Amino acid sequence: MSATLLILIGGLTSTGLYLITARSLSRIILGFALLGHAAVLALLSSGGDPGVAPIVGEVGDSSNPVPQALALTAIVISFGLTLFLLALAGRQQALSGNDLVEDDLEDRRIADETENGGDA
Amino acid sequence: MSALVTTTVLAPLICAALGLALRSNSHARDGVTLVGLIAAAGSAIALLIGVADNGTEVVRVGSWDPELGIVLVADLFAVLVLPVALTIIVVVEVFAIGQRRTAWGANPELTGPLLCILTAGVSLAFLTGDLFTLFVAFEMILVSSYVLLTHQGQRGQIRAGMTYVVMNLLASTLFLLGLAMVYAATGTVNIALAAERISELPDGVRLGIGAWFLVVFGTKAAVFPLFSWLPDSYPTAPTTITAVFAGLLTKIGIYAMIRFHTVTGMEELGPVMLILAAATMIIGALGALAQTDVKRILSFHIVSQIGYMLMGLGLFSAAGTTGAILFLIHHMPVKTVLFLVGGLIENEQGTSALGRSGGLATRRPLIAVFFAIPALSLAGLPPFSGFAAKFAVISAGIADSSTLVVVAALVAGGLTLLSMTKIWLGVFWGTASDDLADTAAPTSPGNRNMMLAATMLAVIGTLTITVLAGELFDLSQRAAEGLRAPAVYIAEVTS
Repeated sequence: MSATLLILIGGLTSTGLYLITARSLSRIILGFALLGHAAVLALLSSGGDPGVAPIVGEVGDSSNPVPQALALTAIVISFGLTLFLLALAGRQQALSGNDLVEDDLEDRRIADETENGGDA
Repeated sequence: MSALVTTTVLAPLICAALGLALRSNSHARDGVTLVGLIAAAGSAIALLIGVADNGTEVVRVGSWDPELGIVLVADLFAVLVLPVALTIIVVVEVFAIGQRRTAWGANPELTGPLLCILTAGVSLAFLTGDLFTLFVAFEMILVSSYVLLTHQGQRGQIRAGMTYVVMNLLASTLFLLGLAMVYAATGTVNIALAAERISELPDGVRLGIGAWFLVVFGTKAAVFPLFSWLPDSYPTAPTTITAVFAGLLTKIGIYAMIRFHTVTGMEELGPVMLILAAATMIIGALGALAQTDVKRILSFHIVSQIGYMLMGLGLFSAAGTTGAILFLIHHMPVKTVLFLVGGLIENEQGTSALGRSGGLATRRPLIAVFFAIPALSLAGLPPFSGFAAKFAVISAGIADSSTLVVVAALVAGGLTLLSMTKIWLGVFWGTASDDLADTAAPTSPGNRNMMLAATMLAVIGTLTITVLAGELFDLSQRAAEGLRAPAVYIAEVTS
């Protein structure tokens, strides 16, 4: 496995994870796009050293086709999910005017109770 | 036999396509959906009978070598869980057809076909023999669940849907990275071949892979501390959809964990799993106590109950694995019925909030009975199926002298009973508040009878499991033996 690939996978993963912790869904979507690339690169590099195209009749050591098939499936799935997330962000934009992830019910309830406790 | 294996996956997929094509004609669409679901459930039951008598059935898709191609493995563990799961979906679809003309119903044009796709994913997840197809099956289930959860586009659903989608997408990405690790370390994603080769790896690599997949499957299964997405998102969906999610989705995570970690022999992770199991049980049950809405209480109980299954797995003994499998079989229908009853309550009272409903026991005694049976079963009281399942898990824990987790299991059982009492007091006793008449959804008698009939079918199903507990225990024991002797599994898949 080449050092370039290793650094690339690490960089993509860390940038992706950083973006996912953001509050706005559009950043989260970009984060997942980067993480998806990192995962696909990791799959590709798990197949060992590169070689000639794995086609019957080609001469020489061929590269491993199995991880390429896996990576292709993963790319299709992550493409579809990116579109779904975009639709979700669009819907949130239409409903609330922004695409921020809102607090969950429990957080809001606890926040309300501490505020009320402070008043009394 | 091999035709049965493929039917459980293909029949619902074909009917999903037909259902989408016929979506404007409600009778044809519902008919096609039911045919697909019943065909899958019927083949699963036939498979169970066949596999219990003749042993594991392996299907090589496209006749590829297991090293390269997809294998479907119908071993006893898979075919024990599969019929239960698929029958639940049929019952829920009948309930959904009855519920659809009420205010609480989901959009029928989408839910039928999507439920079919989800069913195909469930079958594939249970039957697959390789990790990458398991990933694809998870994605089939999750993508249809994302749409089912958010398709009405209401504000609460979008808010909860975001958390749900982001958490599950992160787990899926980690799954992919884990697959890359397994492939790099063993040169295969087939579970049997990988199990054989993982055992020869250095301890650090082996346990690293085990821990990584514990996180991946743990997020899907809502294990502490990765559960927070579940109680927030499930209650916002229409009841029928929540019932399917509650009965099946997290259980597939646990199923994958039981299969992967037992076959690859990750005994060293056992103590970690037991601590997580104890925390999951207690925190889930405490979370449920703090809630004031039927659906939210039940959602926290999903988390709590996952702890028992994780406990059975974490013991890594024959008795523990048997208990975990039996618990899985008991839990799926019981949880679904409780959510269906939640739907009935919502339909009668116009709300599932405890403070605003009441007095249902006198007005609709049948619903009270339908709630009481699975609720007592969930709390683990004899003679219901929950008692047999909890007894199996806890006695395995005592045999292993894991005091901490046994105490946690007993305490969580008590807390479960307490919050079931809370629902009983809030919904079935007392008097209803006056403003209910405004919000209650008017339902025609025909629709209501259909919903009641579906719920009754499901209650009878859970009682059947109670009656058959002895046979199911024996079968679970055989399935556990099969999992714990991976050499046999490996030989069956590769030969």
